[in-house]
Amino acid sequence: MKKLLILGAGTAGTMMLNKMESVLDKEEWDITIVDQYETHYYQPGFLFIPFGIYNRRDVIKPKRDFFPPGVNVIFSKIDLIEADKNQVILDGGKVLPYDILLVATGTKINPGETDGMMEGGWHKNIFDFYTVEGAVALQQFLKYWEGGKMVLNIVEMPIKCPVAPLEFVFLADWWFTEQGIRDKVEIEFVTPLPGAFTKPKASKVFGEFLNKKGVSLTPEFSAGRVDWENNKLVSWDETSIDYDLLVTIPTNMGDDLIARSGLGDELNFIPTDKFTLQSQANDNIFVIGDATNLPSSKAGSVAHFQADILQDNLLSYIDGKPLKGKFDGHANCYIESGFGKGILIDFNYDTEPLPGKFPLPGVGPFSLLEETRMNHYGKMMFRWMYWNLLLKGAELPIESHMLMAGKRA
Amino acid sequence: MTTKELAGISVDVDAEGFLTDHKVWNLDLAAAIAKEEGIDPLTDRHVDVLNFMRKEFEENGTAPSIRKMNKLNVVPTKELYALFPGGPAKKAAKIAGLGKPQGCI
Repeated sequence: MKKLLILGAGTAGTMMLNKMESVLDKEEWDITIVDQYETHYYQPGFLFIPFGIYNRRDVIKPKRDFFPPGVNVIFSKIDLIEADKNQVILDGGKVLPYDILLVATGTKINPGETDGMMEGGWHKNIFDFYTVEGAVALQQFLKYWEGGKMVLNIVEMPIKCPVAPLEFVFLADWWFTEQGIRDKVEIEFVTPLPGAFTKPKASKVFGEFLNKKGVSLTPEFSAGRVDWENNKLVSWDETSIDYDLLVTIPTNMGDDLIARSGLGDELNFIPTDKFTLQSQANDNIFVIGDATNLPSSKAGSVAHFQADILQDNLLSYIDGKPLKGKFDGHANCYIESGFGKGILIDFNYDTEPLPGKFPLPGVGPFSLLEETRMNHYGKMMFRWMYWNLLLKGAELPIESHMLMAGKRA
Repeated sequence: MTTKELAGISVDVDAEGFLTDHKVWNLDLAAAIAKEEGIDPLTDRHVDVLNFMRKEFEENGTAPSIRKMNKLNVVPTKELYALFPGGPAKKAAKIAGLGKPQGCI
């Protein structure tokens, strides 16, 4: 029996497990997936927790619910990938040999990378919302907060879901309004980027939204440390920003396993061919989702578009044929903008987000780069699609490759 | 793309003043670009960083990140910000004659 080994049962790993299970010959292939945690988190839902729209129970399900029958499931920590021996060592020493390794170990926040971040202020008046613990702690804090200055800071790029920080301040503006304390809250968006977002046209549009919502924008700020005793965020060149509440998007890094195994770059992301998703160092190692070093967004929609292409490429690889599938960097993001509205963007490596209608040209029902109620419904409906279709590897009515139809350049 | 007179020779630069061909680079050009960026003179420490960045670029096709230079003990992040005030990733790449760093996403 040949062995396909998948490391990580998050969004990308679970999708690939289902996709490969449906196409590989069971007489010939043995499929194993390994993850250390038994709970699957709907990560796009974390954003809503601080504002009490979702709670913990709304974003979790057992991972087992999404595994097809007939595959091997191992819940264990992973000690090492030994690429030169085509094997993986689990904690405790169990050895898993593989013919093809698929790495989907994702990315996580590393607040400890910034001096002072995890000291006295952590989860007192400094919070993240990229973990369920952080999001729940922030909900508890906001419930009783009477106002002051809230700073949202992105420490450094790249980060998972680059639009989430914008969504957070849009929702905060709405939520403080609902609570009747908007006039007592100052909101500042502090980013290392030159503007509100990475791509010029969208950056301009989002910059205008920030302005409209009374959020001040501080670009090109590279956070070096947190002076938590004096509630100051300090840049590497010693500019400081006062806060009463700091909502941080800490440094994002790939799993330590990748560093231990000598497979990663300085952020533990795996150098990966940006079109084929094959690792640059090893022909029989493929990488998907947030674990790659691709210049595309780290987001579930991106992993989903990658999964279609990777399935084709894995089958070609097994047949000894050239890898024809070419990922184009496609990302599609529903951006919650507060007051029951949302904005939608759709882009890839070469084409920045443009206005238009989506997915049906001229029809929609969604509008690109515009704020509409329908876009908000798309966002809220997505949770159902995620649990019921996306994770199970089902086809969604959106093309893997970005389409120009319906867009205005 | 426009042509520009720098350190006595004419070179091609893009709209933001980055050299379009990193092979024409030399230390005189670096000093001239640095001066335009408000860094004068260019010290040995600057040159160490520029040389490392160029070596990495030759080997990998991209300029190294600030984090990588810190991790490999080329230059601590704090010092890098002092050497190239106001955005070292972009500024040092420009003075090193490399293209504008790939913005992320």
